[in-house]
Amino acid sequence: MSYLSDIYNGIKTLLTGMSVTGKYFLNSRKGAITQQYPDNRDTLKMFERFRGEVVMPHDENNEHSCTGCQKCELACPNGSIEIIWDRVIDENTGKKKKIIDQHIYHFGMCTQCGLCVDACPSDAIKWAQNFENSVYDRTQLTRVLNQPGSKVRAGVEE
Amino acid sequence: MSTATINNNFKSEEYFINMGPQHPATHGVLRLLLTIDGEIIKKVEPDLGYIHRSIEKMCEKDSYQQIVHLTDRMDYLSSHINNEAVCLCVENALQLEIPERVKVIRTILDELTRISSHCLWWGVMGMDVGALTTYFYGFRDREMINDIFEETCGARLTMNYNIPGGLMQDIHPNFVKRVKEFIAHFKTKIPEYNRLLTGNVIFQKRTIGVGLLTKEDAISYGASGPVGRASGYSCDVRKHHPYSALDRVDFKEALATEGDSFARYRVRIQEMWESISIIEQLIDNIPEGDFKVPTNAVIKLPKGEYYQKVETARGELGVYIISTGTKNPYRVKFRSPGLSNLSLLNHIAVGGKIGDLVATMATIDIVVPDIDR
Amino acid sequence: MNTLININNLFLSIIPAEITGLPKMAMIALIYLGIFAVLGLYLVLLERKVAAWFQLRLGPNRVGYHGLLQTMADALKLVSKELTGTVKADKFLYNLAPYFVIITSLMALGIFPFTQKLQAYDLNIGLFFLIAISSIGVIGILLGGWSSNNKFSLIGAMRSGVQTISYELSVGLSLLTMVLLTQSLQLSEIVEVQKNGWLIVQGHIPAIIAFMVFMIAGTAETNRAPFDMVEAESELGAGFHTEYSGMKFAYFFLAEFINMFIIAAIATTVFFGGWLSPFGVTESIPWLGVFWFLAKTFILVFLMMWFRWTFPRLRVDQLLTLEWKYLLPINLVNIVIMAVIVWLNLSIQF
Repeated sequence: MSYLSDIYNGIKTLLTGMSVTGKYFLNSRKGAITQQYPDNRDTLKMFERFRGEVVMPHDENNEHSCTGCQKCELACPNGSIEIIWDRVIDENTGKKKKIIDQHIYHFGMCTQCGLCVDACPSDAIKWAQNFENSVYDRTQLTRVLNQPGSKVRAGVEE
Repeated sequence: MSTATINNNFKSEEYFINMGPQHPATHGVLRLLLTIDGEIIKKVEPDLGYIHRSIEKMCEKDSYQQIVHLTDRMDYLSSHINNEAVCLCVENALQLEIPERVKVIRTILDELTRISSHCLWWGVMGMDVGALTTYFYGFRDREMINDIFEETCGARLTMNYNIPGGLMQDIHPNFVKRVKEFIAHFKTKIPEYNRLLTGNVIFQKRTIGVGLLTKEDAISYGASGPVGRASGYSCDVRKHHPYSALDRVDFKEALATEGDSFARYRVRIQEMWESISIIEQLIDNIPEGDFKVPTNAVIKLPKGEYYQKVETARGELGVYIISTGTKNPYRVKFRSPGLSNLSLLNHIAVGGKIGDLVATMATIDIVVPDIDR
Repeated sequence: MNTLININNLFLSIIPAEITGLPKMAMIALIYLGIFAVLGLYLVLLERKVAAWFQLRLGPNRVGYHGLLQTMADALKLVSKELTGTVKADKFLYNLAPYFVIITSLMALGIFPFTQKLQAYDLNIGLFFLIAISSIGVIGILLGGWSSNNKFSLIGAMRSGVQTISYELSVGLSLLTMVLLTQSLQLSEIVEVQKNGWLIVQGHIPAIIAFMVFMIAGTAETNRAPFDMVEAESELGAGFHTEYSGMKFAYFFLAEFINMFIIAAIATTVFFGGWLSPFGVTESIPWLGVFWFLAKTFILVFLMMWFRWTFPRLRVDQLLTLEWKYLLPINLVNIVIMAVIVWLNLSIQF
């Protein structure tokens, strides 16, 4: 008799499974979870904490707040940040002052761990939400974050 | 069983096949050297090293903050728990007092990670035994967890949210709301998982009595996590050595005694329920406070040896750090659950069919970068 | 519509008379070939769409309106692909194997009565011919797996042999059960008998059991999930056609879908009255019968797709257990029940 009950139970469980998929089939119109990615670019918004790439925000006077302290360079586990710096004499105080010449960011080596942004004492660098990073040549992934002619915002050092 | 003697003209030979490194069932670049006789498996020999990145060696040149992000890349499905293991180890060495808020948030994220990992495992388990639709249902639910992670931690897979001393940022204002939404959603989905796959007669035939592992063998092979617990070996680190906020929550250790593939399957489904219950106990009373305690920019551990173990979705992850007092560790060793669980494979798959091997491997739930590191 | 009627007229003018001229035969063959190549492609599209809807996806929706031309584009791609293979393959058998599979499945299509008149060849042993021809296809799979000199392919091919030989029995016996009721193997006559009600109604309990057995065995015979031992993606990679590429792979692929159509078409003809519609609509307007027939067939095809996207795969020994311990004894008992019903005239007639 267990032979027949095996068959009965087998068919019953199979039909139960089919009812689950069948329910989704009937609701397939509104239930689809596919994101049609390049088409939904306009509506696709990443969360504000999403770690896409490191950027250095500049204000309208072309000023940033990077003092060249190199803490980000030290914090980076894989050497993606490279700071070329210089010493100039401050016109107001007459003291020697460290300024950045180039804040180089090797995006190709970056693992988006967030340690540099966490380490920055003056919030000079932050995360941007751009995630479309493919390029034809990997040299394009090496970026200079400070814009040409930019200088450090007054009062950041204190 | 030997058919070799039946007729000398038709000698049955053992047959050697390479399963992987490019094979759909090995979940990555694992290579299995199979010796088979017809469909019956005579020997399984895992060949590792295809994704070895020498993470342990890289740790020796990194500072303690930098080690954390490497552990994301080991068992990428429980990356948050891996991060926490390193952070706990460093914090214990420094004897830091961690705020209650951090502990609770860490535990919630741990359990979310566990559910997410088990969701993926459930989908892939179904796919390995041939039911392709489970994959999409599992991923649909995992997507909600990934969104929670993305909103709070900034990444979907390699979160790197823990730092020695606390968390990188405070939780996002939406976090609690979203977690509650997910819990409400997911509670209706596990019964559906059961209806679709667990109860299915074909699935049960494929898994019950397949890949039998006794408790003694589980202990002697060092099995941990759901693989060990399915054999009746009580090895939940969360229960026996509670860390973070696990000492104040009430949960049952998912245990089974059969030790077959179906038992491992049930243990994982049970763990999802337990994780939900842990999150529910904690989500409403996250204490106020700081999200990190200040540490030195350059952390130097006191000279000595430190060990911390946590329960990842796959089993017991141990972090062993030897420090000589400098800013880099002298040696780091990760005791990964995947490697010891994989070492069982030859023991439990021999004598089964090729299909059994695939089903068994799916229930061991290997993540290849966790095995190779 | 005009062309359809033209084709229809062409068939109507040809079929009743004995087929004499070679050109006529060639023409029929070409038309069938064209229609069924397209049918195969759209079955693939249907499968992909249905799979997507089961899995909360959208399915192909880029090429053409809602992806209607997707499989055409795929076929074009497959035709233009390089034909690769292993160096040590048995070249002759390796090249022969896809033709075995595709030709047998196309041959089987020739004898289905799509309407009362639209039938390429009304064989008087039609059902027998179908069973026979569908077992030849497995030779192609065996050859393909064996000759491509790949160990996974060989395992797949051997599984296929085991599977098809076993499930042939159930397909044959379940159809034989129905033959007891129709008393004929000729497909057109089987449809005629059903003017008094579908055979699944006429034969009631044993007919329903026979239908279930036939659908299970038929799914197994087409090597589809949950019986896709032969391909078993997670076990064998791609099974017997691992080493095939381009058009040769497309033959295997297309044959699988046409075989599925054949199994559904046999079930429609034998259990669900073929082209017959209620109130004799298709008898007064014959060309409607094609659509009636296709509608029934596609419902059964959908059922097979539903199986595929819900169930896990059986293991190879469980596959044989299912056949020899469950389906075969049930079938044998079922035949006796059916014989008793026919003998005592217990069938339901309208």
